[in-house]
Parts: sequence; C-alpha cells; structure tokens
Amino acid sequence: MSRPDPILEVRDLAVSFATDEGVVRAVDGVSFDLRAGEILAIVGESGCGKSVTAMTLLGLTRSPNANFDGTATYKDIELLGASDAQLQEIRGEEIAMIFQDPMASLNPVMKIGAQITEQIDAHRDLPKAQARDRAIELLERVGIPRARERVDSYPHEFSGGMRQRVMIALALSCDPSVLIADEPTTALDVTVQAQILQRFRELRDETNAALILVTHDLGVVADIADNVAVMYAGRIVEQGTLDDIFYDPQHPYTWGLMGAITRIDRPRRTRLPTIPGLPPSLANRPQGCHLRPRCPHEFDACTKVPALEVRVQGGVAHADRCHLEPERKRRLREIAPGEIGLDPKAPPVKPSSPKDAAA
Amino acid sequence: MSPVAEGALLEVEHVKLHFPIKQGILIDRTVGHVHAVDDVTFTLHEGETLGLVGESGCGKTTLSRTVMRLLEPTGGELRFRGTDVSHASRKALMPLRREMQMVFQDPYASLNPRKRIGQIVGMALERHGGKGDDVERRVGRLLERVGLSPEHVNRFPHEFSGGQRQRIGVARALAIEPRLIVLDEPVSALDVSIQAQIINLLEDLQDDLGLTYLFVAHDLSVVRHVSDRIAVMYLGKLMEVSPAEELYTKPIHPYTAALLQAIPIPDPRENRARRRSVVAGEPPNPINPPSGCVFHPRCPHATDVCKLVEPPLTQYANGHVAACHHPLSVSSNELKAATISPASPLSAGKATPEPAAPAAPAAPAGPPAPAEPAAG
Repeated sequence: MSRPDPILEVRDLAVSFATDEGVVRAVDGVSFDLRAGEILAIVGESGCGKSVTAMTLLGLTRSPNANFDGTATYKDIELLGASDAQLQEIRGEEIAMIFQDPMASLNPVMKIGAQITEQIDAHRDLPKAQARDRAIELLERVGIPRARERVDSYPHEFSGGMRQRVMIALALSCDPSVLIADEPTTALDVTVQAQILQRFRELRDETNAALILVTHDLGVVADIADNVAVMYAGRIVEQGTLDDIFYDPQHPYTWGLMGAITRIDRPRRTRLPTIPGLPPSLANRPQGCHLRPRCPHEFDACTKVPALEVRVQGGVAHADRCHLEPERKRRLREIAPGEIGLDPKAPPVKPSSPKDAAA
Repeated sequence: MSPVAEGALLEVEHVKLHFPIKQGILIDRTVGHVHAVDDVTFTLHEGETLGLVGESGCGKTTLSRTVMRLLEPTGGELRFRGTDVSHASRKALMPLRREMQMVFQDPYASLNPRKRIGQIVGMALERHGGKGDDVERRVGRLLERVGLSPEHVNRFPHEFSGGQRQRIGVARALAIEPRLIVLDEPVSALDVSIQAQIINLLEDLQDDLGLTYLFVAHDLSVVRHVSDRIAVMYLGKLMEVSPAEELYTKPIHPYTAALLQAIPIPDPRENRARRRSVVAGEPPNPINPPSGCVFHPRCPHATDVCKLVEPPLTQYANGHVAACHHPLSVSSNELKAATISPASPLSAGKATPEPAAPAAPAAPAGPPAPAEPAAG
C-alpha cells in the first residue's frame, strides 16, 4: 500500500510541568504520523497524557511551568516553536479542536451564529452576510434542523447533543485539514453518540480531513478509527492499525484494557479480569517499563525501558513497548479461548495506598 | 423469574414524581410540571440486582431518589417489606435508613472534603447508636472489606483517587449493614480498569452479604454484567422489564433495540458487519411528553395508534414485560398468550398488542434528520 505523505508528523514529543510535587512528565517520547483522511484514535485512561498530547499540538498547554521537547511538524510548520501569531493563524484554519464539554467550551452569552462568524472573520475576508450564510450552511451540515432560525439561539437553548454539533460546526468553519476531538462523545447518550460518530465519518468522506480522536472508549475506537495509539503513563505503549490493536494486541496494558470492558456481544463473564492496582503518578513513575508494578508478566528485562519498535513478524506499522517475545505474548494474553485480558490468576495486589495514584 | 425471588423487599406501585414549574414575581403560580417519573411499578426481591437504564433525563435518578425517600412521590405507593413508606416522616424513616443506603455517582462530590475517612464512614454508625471503640474497629474492618487499608482512617478524601473514593462511598453505604443498596451510576465516572475493580467488589459484597441492589446506569453493557433483571426507562416511564440476558437476545421494545444498536461493539469486524440503524432525534421535553406512546416521535415502527393510545405494559413469557403496540421479537403464539401486566400505567390502553398483519420489516431508518432539540 503506497501511503501519501503525512500532513502531521510528531516526533519524540515530550511535555513536562514543574509543580510543587516535582516534575510531572505528562507526555514522554510520543511519535506518530497523521495522513489526510485518516482517523487516528489515541486511547488511554485518565492521566495517561492523551489530552495533553492533543492540546500541545495547538499550543494550548503553553505556560511558564511547561517544558516541551521533540517536534510536531504540520505541513512544514514547526508547531512547538511557532509564535503565538503563527499559531493563531493555524488554529481553526488548519487545525481545529473539538472539546469534550460543549457547554463549557461555547460562550454562553453569545449567539451560536456569532460565535461561528467570529471565527470566519478571524481567518477570511468575507462580507457579514456571506459569513452568516456560511454559518447556517455549516449548522445544516452537522445536522441541526431549522438552521436558519437556530443560528440566532444561545448555547443554553440547545441540548447536549445539539451543542456538540454546534462545536463541530465551529471547528469546521474554516475547512481545517486536521480536526482534533478530545472525548467528543463522552458526555453524550449512546443514541446521540452514534449520530455524532456517523457525522464524523461522513465529514471525513466529504472533506478528506484527518481526525485525531482522543478517547477512553474502545467501542468508539472500533467503530470509527483507522489507526490506534494506546497510551499509558505518558508514553505510547502500542501503536498500529485498528485490526492490529484489536486482533493481535502486543502490550499487556492493551490486553488489560480489553479484558476489563463489559461488552454486549460476548457471553456474560462471572468476573471481570482487571488490571491490578492503580496508574502511577506522573511525577514519580516506576523505573523501566511503567506498567511493571501492575503487570503479572513482569520479568528481569522490564527494569529497562522498552523501545517502541516493531516486534511482530511481518508487522509494518505495528509497534509496541514490551520486552516479551511476540509468540509468548500470544499465549499469555489468552485468558480464555478467544478472550484477551490480563491473567486474572495473577498474584493479588496489596491494598492500594493513596496518592501513589492520582496524577 | 429471578432465582432468588423469596420475598418482595421493595414494592413500587404506580409511583409518580412531578416537579412543579413555578413562575411569577410575587405570587408563584404553577405553570406546568416536569413529568420526571410517571406511573412506574416494579418489585425488588431480596438478594436480586435490578438494573435501571435509560438516557439522561429519563427519570432514572429521580426514581432512585424516590425509592430512597429522598424525594416524596406525588402519587402512588412505595412499600418496604410491606409497610407503606410513601409519605412517612423523617423520623419514621430512620429505621428504614438502616435498611437502605445509597452510593452516588460522583466520588468527588459525594464525600465531605473536610472530614476524614474514618469520620465519613463512622458517621452512619454513630447516628445509629454505635459508640467509640466499637465504631473505630468496625470502620477499620469496613475499609479492609472494600480493599482499602485500615491505616487510611485519618486521611482526607482528596488524598485518594476516583476509584478509591468510590470504595469509600461503598464502605459508608455498608456501615450499618443495610439490605438494599441503591447504586446511582456507581462506575460511570471511573476509568475502565477501575470500573472493573469496583464492579467485582460490588458482586463479591452481594455474594457475601446477600445484598439487594438497584443498579442505576446509562451503560447497557455494565448493567448486563451485574443485573438479574433490567428495567428500561424512557421519559419517566418503564418501556421494558426483562430477565437480564433476554433483554440483549430478545429486546421487545423498539427503544431497547435502538439503545442496543447504538452501542459500539469493541470489535472492529463485528462492528462493520452489524447493520446499524441509528435512531433519530433526542428525547423530548418531559414538561410536555408526547401523546400516546412517549417514544413514538423517534420510533421507526410507529403508527397512528401509537400517537393516540398509551401502550399498556404487556406481560410475555419469562416475566418479560414491555409497553409497545408493535412488539419486536415475539411470535404470534406469544402474542396470543400475552396479558396486561398489573404494573401497567393506569392511563394506558387496555388492549394487548394485536398479532400484526405480516410483520412489516423494520423500516430501515435512513440517515436520520435529528429531531427538534428540546428548547430551554
């Protein structure tokens, strides 16, 4: 398969914050490529650095206590070193963001039409009436009924799902080539979530924009993503195509995530296999492989940080950070025929102690 | 039905909870009602887990708070072990509180940030007559029981992660050895791996202590894992009550089917193979619920009768009940044997669904034009 050149290249991205508790390494050595029309899902649990990764691309994590390393190149522009003025040009026009909570990210005292035209004004030289028509057209495109009337409504007059549609319309207003959506459906009901995901797919087909989807929900990932990056404690622990990740997962953390979800398409299990323990504090991460204290398959080599590299035979883009032999992994991850998880018979963890968790 | 149906612990009969909407500057006039819970009937048996699911705004949290008598029902009857408690006073409710406790959704908001863990868990014990050393010992045991270490009694909630806080919430609910625990979205604020830990803990506790759970959640896959029976709510009404597994293999109400179809399956191939029709629109405003069947504006199977007559809760085999004029996945024989359930709302029609003319295949809901958003 010949692949087009990536429009976004992230290499060894590292973000750390100096805090009272020490240096919090939120993102550590994250690399990925994004191509036009691709949907990349970044998956992980709270505090794994997935949102910081996404926000850093738009310079939204810049602050006096933040430190950046690595590169993020969008069409020859280096995002990490870009000036605020340069970023202002890029935001919305080239790369747009959709946030999780549409109520908190829309201006409550501004009509939604005005919020959309404001963004168009910032990037385009359009007469007012045309900008307004564009806003109406966008609202129609994301599936808001009677858009011509609703354009003069305030955010509180919309339901959660409709507000998220407004957010998407806003993000689309200047035809960006990259959309970053941070948990876009987490606050929504399943029926509405299904509608929004369908809309994302249609938009990708229409505009060929690339989408970075930050989520914790493997169901959403399976539904929409082309490629997946699994993050744990600031690092990508496994990366590959959708099928690689779901049918040949290489990292024990990915197994654990898959085992722990309740699902409606499989026979009900008596007990859910869990990942023992808690995620580490990002200010004080374990030496070597970060999963080591929680991993039942840990061995000597795990004290060294495993590189993110292709270990699977014949794998092209399927990389992981685990020292185990791929053949051994295939045996270890089957906790029941056809079922992937972390071995539930692993030794029990000691009672958890506070604050070595919460990042 | 439920293998553990010994006795009814809690009976909810035609319970309604309508919140008045007031308007006016000097004199408050009631200008309407939010029909949060509208004629709901179900029974909770000792030792079982009833899952209560629905989308946000369907009234499931209001119903669970009414069951706890944190709210007073505006109609109907609530019986605990046969005693009517629907309008009991705070004082009369004290013995009841010993028997039913609640675990809340948000482990950050439901623990007092200025109290130590020992105080939080011990409070209920003291309130119900526990003294000094005994309380301390029991708090230690409770913390251990939920997987925390007893040394943590003197810590504050902010020192714990979300999953640990939810464990504290569970310990607090267990303190006075209740029979019934109402769990309002106990895991929805937690990460999946932590979710699994809490679900396992809740199941262990139920096995060991013979607890009865009312498990409120919006996530049908979590509910399936924990429940013996599942009730599906929509706009204040029960749409379907079914033995847990049967709800997934044989959903009768189109709303249940729509919910199931909307859940993305964490398996790419199966997901692609599944023919999904996404249900259009969003739940309507509960101030002005639609006439007839409340689901008819979004239902792909709706006909004229659905707009006019509220469908009765109809009893099918296996204790499976559903309120729909055009039930899915039932044979004509099953339809003939169907009867009106005593749990049916009083305002509902009195005819069981007719064996339809050659069942019209589910109209494939095309790309949905989302319905009107509920204006504020």
